[in-house]
Amino acid sequence: MSSFVMPTSSRFNGYASPAAVSTVGLRKSYGDKTVLDGIDLLIPAGSVFALLGPNGAGKTTVVKILSTLITADGGQIQVAGHDPAVDPQAVRGAIGVTGQFSAVDGLITGEENMLLMADLHHLSKREGRRVAAELLERFDLVEAAKKPASTYSGGMKRRLDIAMTLVGSPRIIFLDEPTTGLDPRSRHNMWQIIRELVSDGVTVFLTTQYLEEADELADRIAVLNDGRIAAQGTAEELKRLIPGGHVRLRFTDPAAYRSAASALRETTRDDEALSLQIPSDGSQRELRSLLDWLDSAGIEADELTVHTPDLDDVFFALTGSNQPNRNQEAVR
Amino acid sequence: MSSLSLTLRDSSTMLRRNLLHARRYPSLTLNLLLTPVVLLLLFVYIFGDVMSAGMGGGDRAAYIAYVVPGILMMTIGGTVVGTAVSVSNDMTEGIIARFRTMAIHRGSVLIGHVIGSVLQSIASVVLVGAVAVAIGFRSADATVLEWLAAFGLMALVALALTWIAVGMGMISPNAEAASNNALPLIVLPLISSAFVPVDSMPGWFRPIAEYQPFTPAIETLRGLLLGTEIGHNGWLAVAWCLGLTVLGYFWSKAAFNRDPK
Repeated sequence: MSSFVMPTSSRFNGYASPAAVSTVGLRKSYGDKTVLDGIDLLIPAGSVFALLGPNGAGKTTVVKILSTLITADGGQIQVAGHDPAVDPQAVRGAIGVTGQFSAVDGLITGEENMLLMADLHHLSKREGRRVAAELLERFDLVEAAKKPASTYSGGMKRRLDIAMTLVGSPRIIFLDEPTTGLDPRSRHNMWQIIRELVSDGVTVFLTTQYLEEADELADRIAVLNDGRIAAQGTAEELKRLIPGGHVRLRFTDPAAYRSAASALRETTRDDEALSLQIPSDGSQRELRSLLDWLDSAGIEADELTVHTPDLDDVFFALTGSNQPNRNQEAVR
Repeated sequence: MSSLSLTLRDSSTMLRRNLLHARRYPSLTLNLLLTPVVLLLLFVYIFGDVMSAGMGGGDRAAYIAYVVPGILMMTIGGTVVGTAVSVSNDMTEGIIARFRTMAIHRGSVLIGHVIGSVLQSIASVVLVGAVAVAIGFRSADATVLEWLAAFGLMALVALALTWIAVGMGMISPNAEAASNNALPLIVLPLISSAFVPVDSMPGWFRPIAEYQPFTPAIETLRGLLLGTEIGHNGWLAVAWCLGLTVLGYFWSKAAFNRDPK
């Protein structure tokens, strides 16, 4: 761990932790199935943290535990300075949660949903109306405000969901896969919304399946795989773990394939698929020199694809070894 | 904010939410009203003559008087089936997960449902009662106190059955299951003293009719409105209601506090 000291139990007892969220050895299982197998996290106040992982990695379980929806089986947890197991109401008072599945009341209108939240946060009538109107405006829901939320599109529901989460001005916001199922435009809108939240100084804990999303938004990223943290660090640190991108040349003619394979030395061969992989960062300069070189060598591939690192590569890099990465080594 | 005023404030917010649902989507409530009204008309106009003859003379008017208290109790049973369905629907909604992560009074979601449902039951009883009066039901010189007691009894029955229905809704994975689970609340009045006196039933069946909550409640209501003998039925009805309320309350609370999936 280069940038911070991992919390220890003495930290919890001594002075107030500056972390918005911290866990040590967080565990959860359902029956014999271990979902979380010792998770250590430390999220400084005011930062954006992304928990990255494939479906079924346990991301939602982490969010449910930290947001007091379910209880952990073991480990120490602090959210906004409180232990959810001891004082869940204090935790609830500091957090806002937007779950993976829309948490709006579909039977009533968007505006009524907002006023419901205002009432539950015990705002005065006038204050409630002001906050509701302001957030509906900010999330571009004014036109739809008088329609039942069940008639909203996926992107609108997600915006209403986040607007409702913000009514109580939470200091820590959990967003569980905020962009899953959204079209590209809505996804970019959502990213913009999340960036604005951060500029207001709140701590954001988000989960995602997309490396790109974590890269765009997060100060720190933890990769969750199979109930364990496979790696954590900044986006840059994580990317250094990923084997570089490559250019893939595919041939239909075995003879052309063989002559190209013998001419290109730094390649990975796939004789079955008649394809060659050449390491490349995918930059214009590298591609041009590669193409020039192929031309001068008289090699003509039937298909050329540029492959940039993605989440699959990260997972391959982090979890592909036979040795399970038990000690959660930080990325340097 | 003290815990009592937190309870009151959050519960009244949740109540407003439930009343808003009921106002926006009245079809469920109205459907549930249809059953007691149809049964009332059926038993009075189609079976009425035979029923009253079988019960030792009297005309159709006498049978109206006999059957209305049962129909009113049945109305409550039907209304709370709607409660079981809407609680079960509600629990599958993401908004409940949101409520669970907010610093609000934990039970307010359920209390909102219960109070909303009791109010709906009373409104339904008034509507069905109006139909009964329209076809000739008259109370035999019941005093104001007896009328108040009658309403109090019906509110108490509604409260008890609602808590049970909330529990049924909580443990049901979907609306269909909830409406199946709540079926006893419709069937029990059919096999009570609602339509015929328990004495007229076959001997082996009498205990089933007698030892269930609807019979003493109906007999008490009859006594209050028509001046028939109440006897031990009054205490029995109150005891049933209190017992079911406590049972339903703890059952629902335990189900709500269980970790959601």
